[in-house]
Amino acid sequence: MKRVVITGMGIYSVIGKNLGEVKNSLYEGKSGIIFDPVRKEMGFRSALTGMVERPVLKGILDRRMRVGLPVQGEYAYLATIEALKNARIDAAFMEKNAVGILYGNDSSALPVVESVDILRKKKDTMMIGSGYIFQSMNSTVSMNLSVIFKFRGINFTISGACASGSHAIGIGYLVIRQGLQKVIVCGGAQEINPESTASFDALNAFSTRESEPQKASRPFDRDRDGLVPSGGAATVILESYESAVRRGATILGEVAGYGFSSNGEHISLPNVDGPVAAMKLSLKEAGMDASGIDYINAHATSTPAGDENEAIAIDQIFGKSRPLVSSTKSMTGHEMWMGGASEIVYSTLMMNHHFVAPNLNFDNPDKATARLNIASSTIPCEIRAFLSNSFGFGGTNSSLVIRKING
Amino acid sequence: MQNEEIIKRINQLLIEEIEIDEVQISPAADLKKDLGIDSLDFVDLFVIIENNFGFKMKAEEMSDIKKLDDFYNYVIRRVHSN
Repeated sequence: MKRVVITGMGIYSVIGKNLGEVKNSLYEGKSGIIFDPVRKEMGFRSALTGMVERPVLKGILDRRMRVGLPVQGEYAYLATIEALKNARIDAAFMEKNAVGILYGNDSSALPVVESVDILRKKKDTMMIGSGYIFQSMNSTVSMNLSVIFKFRGINFTISGACASGSHAIGIGYLVIRQGLQKVIVCGGAQEINPESTASFDALNAFSTRESEPQKASRPFDRDRDGLVPSGGAATVILESYESAVRRGATILGEVAGYGFSSNGEHISLPNVDGPVAAMKLSLKEAGMDASGIDYINAHATSTPAGDENEAIAIDQIFGKSRPLVSSTKSMTGHEMWMGGASEIVYSTLMMNHHFVAPNLNFDNPDKATARLNIASSTIPCEIRAFLSNSFGFGGTNSSLVIRKING
Repeated sequence: MQNEEIIKRINQLLIEEIEIDEVQISPAADLKKDLGIDSLDFVDLFVIIENNFGFKMKAEEMSDIKKLDDFYNYVIRRVHSN
């Protein structure tokens, strides 16, 4: 079995448009959440959202590459440019080596809405144009980026609800570990627009603390009242250890273990046993016990039931060692399909810059969350290894263990 | 609309919407080989032409259109027949 390492990262997020900006935001505890009046006018129960400006790619990508790219593909393109540069992988390397792509994405709502709006108005499919089909499919990110970057390895999208980005890295890890690929571009992307979140808002799952947008996402806090949707894209370059050493690449961390499970219960209500199973499997795969983990980047989205169940699950496994825990969703909101990948980027930045980012707005614990060692402010510290949780609708769970490379 | 105006408008749309390099535009230019207009670009031309000239192009009429001049003549004919 091959060892799998991270040799590059890139990020386009509501807390920064590159690694440097994001690292500073994490350290300073900066929120990327706003009140979006458009959503209120449309009839949203909550107008809160993470927000980042749309990239301008005219002059950077030619027209054919742009017309099929939805907004989350634009985010993913910029994150991938940064990640490949960070990994020092250039066109010459990609010509010699079959680089793959496994990206997490689980919707592309806006292009579907827009193209059907055109059809309803014009009553002629020929008026839809050539771009919407490529923008509309769930695999839009992997299909577009593979053409833009000329990837010739494995190429598909992983749709696993709010664990999509995490599963993408997990599957990428398994494929490289098997020796089937040397380098895979993994990640997760999430569109930001009202069309993609309207039906989610209908579930009463979003925070309505609209008077204080930056206090709305408060994972683990006693007074949390729901999540705040968000988006962007994060790319992680996974590479076999041998390939990284041969290239003289900087190794940012080792993917030590991937654990997964399915709750097999309710479509939207989380449980305790599923996350426990995923976390245990990730530790077992990493050959580590709970005491080896110095930091947990929790899934915690700021919903009453989800955070409580995750706190109980973490306490079951880590009750003795009590590593630091924070949910970066307190700053970013819930990046959904992107979150599992971005949280690997955030946590790897913390590991390499020696701090744990704060869980904003953790003012008062409740009975379950009081059991955790939650970082309510930035904590300078050494992280030897961290565990990142991502859970999604349908009871899909993913846990990744990343550690510093030890030769 | 005069023929010259139609040709000027087509050129402008090819440059702005399909992002064809202005120096490539000439009546003798081959749409595929010289201008790089592929089958997907043709799909977008259907939309652009209807929005700007008010008629629907027909896919079966495209098979005879090879050069930009053929395309000018096709649009001119359709504009005048409307």
